[in-house]
Amino acid sequence: MKWIASAVFAAVALWLPFFVGDFYINLASQIFIAAIFALSLNLLVGFGGMTSLGHASYLGVAAYVSALMTSRYGFGHGTAALISILGTVAMAAFFGVIALRATGLGFLMITLALSQVLWGLAYRMSDVTNGDNGITGLTRPAPFGISLDSAASFYWFALVVAIIAFVMMAIFVSSSFGSSLKGVRDQPRRMAALGFNPWMIRWITFVYAGFWGGVAGLLYVYYNKYIHPTSLSTTSSAEALLGVIAGGSGTLAGPAVGAAIVLLLKNYASAYVERWNMLLGVVFLFIVLVMPTGIVPGLQQLAARFRGRWS
Amino acid sequence: MQFWIIQGLNSLSLGGLLFLLSSGFSLIFGLMRLANLTHGAFFMLGTYLGAVALRAYSGLNIWVTAIGAGIIVAALGGLFERLVLTRLKTNPLGQVLVTLGMSFIISDACLVLWGGDSIPVPTPHNLQAPTRLFGFAFPTYRLALVGVAVSAAIVLYILIDRTRLGAMIRAGVDDRQMARAVGIPVSRLFTLVFCLGAGVAGAAGVLGGPILSAYPGLDADMLPLALIVVILGGIGSLFGAFIGSFIIGFIYTFGTMVPDLGYIILFLPMIVVIAFRPQGLFGRLSA
Repeated sequence: MKWIASAVFAAVALWLPFFVGDFYINLASQIFIAAIFALSLNLLVGFGGMTSLGHASYLGVAAYVSALMTSRYGFGHGTAALISILGTVAMAAFFGVIALRATGLGFLMITLALSQVLWGLAYRMSDVTNGDNGITGLTRPAPFGISLDSAASFYWFALVVAIIAFVMMAIFVSSSFGSSLKGVRDQPRRMAALGFNPWMIRWITFVYAGFWGGVAGLLYVYYNKYIHPTSLSTTSSAEALLGVIAGGSGTLAGPAVGAAIVLLLKNYASAYVERWNMLLGVVFLFIVLVMPTGIVPGLQQLAARFRGRWS
Repeated sequence: MQFWIIQGLNSLSLGGLLFLLSSGFSLIFGLMRLANLTHGAFFMLGTYLGAVALRAYSGLNIWVTAIGAGIIVAALGGLFERLVLTRLKTNPLGQVLVTLGMSFIISDACLVLWGGDSIPVPTPHNLQAPTRLFGFAFPTYRLALVGVAVSAAIVLYILIDRTRLGAMIRAGVDDRQMARAVGIPVSRLFTLVFCLGAGVAGAAGVLGGPILSAYPGLDADMLPLALIVVILGGIGSLFGAFIGSFIIGFIYTFGTMVPDLGYIILFLPMIVVIAFRPQGLFGRLSA
């Protein structure tokens, strides 16, 4: 069943650009980016039990580093990508050391504070980051000489990266390390008693999630050809977290679905109302109060209830 | 010399504001184990209410306005606590998420109501003339603000440490289940403390108006400062919030004198404290 679904998805996804217009292709590319980002956050939230409200740091910093290196310092895209990913991973390693001194709400507050300081920096260091104006006029890379400027070519690029990301993260959580991560999430003391090092397991996961957050950031800046401090804001972290929770945290594909829903909601809602932040807040309240386990499990429960009633 | 003294006073007044903001956050966290991310939005709502009221009625006293705005924000906070947070008693993560959602709603509502331009708040007339002390001129309003913050700290200390209500709150902070078992109405205390914290944050917003002015994003500027204060001072500790506020007040004011990189200095106190004393300078609780 799972294999058939994946095959159908792959076939549809691969041929999509031949059937729909640029608008939908671009929307799909954005969904892939948001999905990678939400999946990486889900490693922390769902599988590690570490609710981070600062995940936008990795997306934003990777995007900013790449944007600055290519536009201002004249580096090629390859070098810029490598350095921005390395920098993001190093930052994740450092932030992880700080934030993982605490767990639970303390962890959440520290990650939020760290990312808010970065957001403030992006606004205030206007000599470097261009402040509120953001950095414009960026280019997309051309891997192996293939230009990514058309909507379809970028779509395939994002699709390939998203599939690699999904498979890599799926391997990560289903490996024995992933099992120990879930063990640390549920029973940290027992895991420690069994000889595991809960801190190290959490830290490695944190860095790994930061890495994929950085990858999402690179795609994000390639797609938009523009970067603004809002990419580092709490709203940005919160959208990803909403995607994870809406889709069902701790499930493998749920966050990708959740991220797609949040993104579609954002795109369609902003066509009618300007108040995206308010809507985001309302959706947060709704999801937490009405579907605390997420939309995918929530719908499954609803379906099960209906089936129970009619059979 | 004059410059450094003024900067020192600016640090103190920012510290005073931060104390008003973070003491409520800290108390709420200590008692309810709830990271109330709406706190910055409560502060901003207070600033906007104060800005609108003070600009509309020029004779209005800022202290009265602060109390009035505090009551409005406290009522809003109480409603939010009763209607939403109590439903999520068993779901601490859900609680944090709804406070985050609520902060988005409030800050966007402020944007709708009062627009995207920053609204300056006039300094009260009778506090505009500088005070001369030891041959230096001090901005009177900022001096008064420091005085108010210190008095608020004393009042809060007496409330928490010397009254029956405070004893119940402390009992709730230390051991919620035990407090319940001996007949303390913990659920009502939650609402009360949440209202108190929200109200103080709203009043602080009004008082901060003449210094900061009301602008969109004020909440996102203030919340991390409050978080850093609480992480630094220790969660649930009033004294920690007091000391932490003034430390951050100084670091922020003097740090941002260096343009660009000054802001990064905010990382330092947090990193140092977390590295060597994860529970904060005066914290007894581990988060």
